[in-house]
Amino acid sequence: MAEPILSIQGLHKSFGGVTATDNVHLDVLDGETHAVIGPNGAGKTTLISQLSGALKPDAGRILFEGNNIVGQPAHKRSHIGLARSFQITSVFMEMTVLDNVALAVQAHDGHSFRFWTPARASKNLTDPAMACLKQVGLESRANDTASVMSHGERRQLEIAMALATKPKLLLLDEPMAGMGPDESARMVETLKSLSGKTMLLVEHDMDAVFALADRISVLVYGQVIATGTPDEVRADENVRHAYLGEAA
Amino acid sequence: MANLETTQNSQMPDNWTSLFTATGWANLILLVGLALVPTIAYYTGHPFWIDISTRLVILAIAAVSLNLVLGYGGMISFGHAAFLGIGAYAVGVPAYHATYGEFEAIASYNGFFQFGLAIAVAALFALITGAICLRTKGVHFIMITMAFGQMVYFAIVSIETYGGDDGLVIDTRSEFPGLDLSNPIALYALCFISLLVVLYIVHRLVNSRFGMVIQGAKGNAERMNAIGFNAYIYQLTAYVISGAICGYAGALLGNFTTFISPEMMDWSRSGELMFMVILGGAAYLLGPVFGAVAFILLEEILSGFTLYWHLPFGIILILSVLFVKGGMSGLLSRLGKRDG
Repeated sequence: MAEPILSIQGLHKSFGGVTATDNVHLDVLDGETHAVIGPNGAGKTTLISQLSGALKPDAGRILFEGNNIVGQPAHKRSHIGLARSFQITSVFMEMTVLDNVALAVQAHDGHSFRFWTPARASKNLTDPAMACLKQVGLESRANDTASVMSHGERRQLEIAMALATKPKLLLLDEPMAGMGPDESARMVETLKSLSGKTMLLVEHDMDAVFALADRISVLVYGQVIATGTPDEVRADENVRHAYLGEAA
Repeated sequence: MANLETTQNSQMPDNWTSLFTATGWANLILLVGLALVPTIAYYTGHPFWIDISTRLVILAIAAVSLNLVLGYGGMISFGHAAFLGIGAYAVGVPAYHATYGEFEAIASYNGFFQFGLAIAVAALFALITGAICLRTKGVHFIMITMAFGQMVYFAIVSIETYGGDDGLVIDTRSEFPGLDLSNPIALYALCFISLLVVLYIVHRLVNSRFGMVIQGAKGNAERMNAIGFNAYIYQLTAYVISGAICGYAGALLGNFTTFISPEMMDWSRSGELMFMVILGGAAYLLGPVFGAVAFILLEEILSGFTLYWHLPFGIILILSVLFVKGGMSGLLSRLGKRDG
């Protein structure tokens, strides 16, 4: 049995009277693709934000490789190996596709107080960036501005940017959000090709989840009501009632 | 940081062929024009033009420094006039003490000392105020930078020694070996070469790794944090560099006007610098220079017709913001694309 790379223990977060994360316990094992599903408003994005450092939990611990990372700012978490993609597409719209990824490479290539040499001429940045673009199939768009790309391509770009930070754990917040069936299928292929990467995947698209996940946790009203293999979760009485039943 | 709604082009010409575009030609004509027109006018008996051009070039340097944070970095500073004022007083105050005594430590006519002081004090002021301002975003950032600017304004107003409200006459300009700044051509040459150097520095900066970081942080600071950047310290560094350049421009301004007063760091001056950046084209290297030319020419022409020249000027500015995305440089680069 693999060791958990990420262990969430008793995590709690509320906004005013609304409890978005309610005593969540969750382990992500090294090498697995772990999906978190749940109805709208179940607290999935809130959970991801606490993992990436964008939100501070009220209580609980987040152990990454055994160290509690609660209180660490987002940019530091990126350096210990956590990478996040956003539910709402978040790329640098005015920059080219290559510049977007090169910037992510740059973040992990020493400090950036280098004021004189042109960044675009640096092979140390552009070569790894092109490699990441190849992984998601965007190498032909490298010199296009991100703002002229389709929604699906921008989501692929987000994955490339996350990969460029050489993460040990990828936090993917609804990578298929707003995609058509073709784009979704392409994203599933991309994510499948990354097998071996540890991923925590939050997703609405059930076909994608069952195609990708090794294990699934079901989040309802901020609580994990079930964790298991796709078959176990499918068979779970509580899950059928709370979630799949409504969806079907 | 607040995002400016303009089409921005962070790509700089990185080879010679890209010079021969509409933008490239316009940039070249602009700079050659700025070098030649006032010089020729001066030697053909129209010294008036060199005065206007000197003021124009100094304000252009200040606008280029503002463009670094506003255009490339998305930090909308409404307090850059304070740096101009600091720079001017860094020339005036040592000169005052050199003439009238007291404060022997800073009493000096030496240009290197005065300009060094201008850069150092402006950078320090940028560091302290920037560290606070950059904790805020959007409109709050605009207002707090303006508040710090006004703080300097009122601080200077309250110092009787340096003339308070009435200002201070600089009897002796900064002294450089082999350079007599009381000669208008020499002063203009210094200003113009300074502009070229500042443009080159900003060009290198915005294309460096550092430049990529501040441009990334412009619209999307959360994303920058997620990929592992502490955007704050890079933005603060950009703010300090910008303040230092603007302080240098202030030292030139003090030498040009030979009369310094709190008026030169009033918030409306900060607004004028913003006009130049936006009118000329934010996040284009030469945008602010075009903006400064347009600003000074419009001011000269419109004020010839009416005392209330701010009114037509304001209308032109509103129209240009509404209908000309990316300002004059943005317009030029789109014209170039249509041709090519």
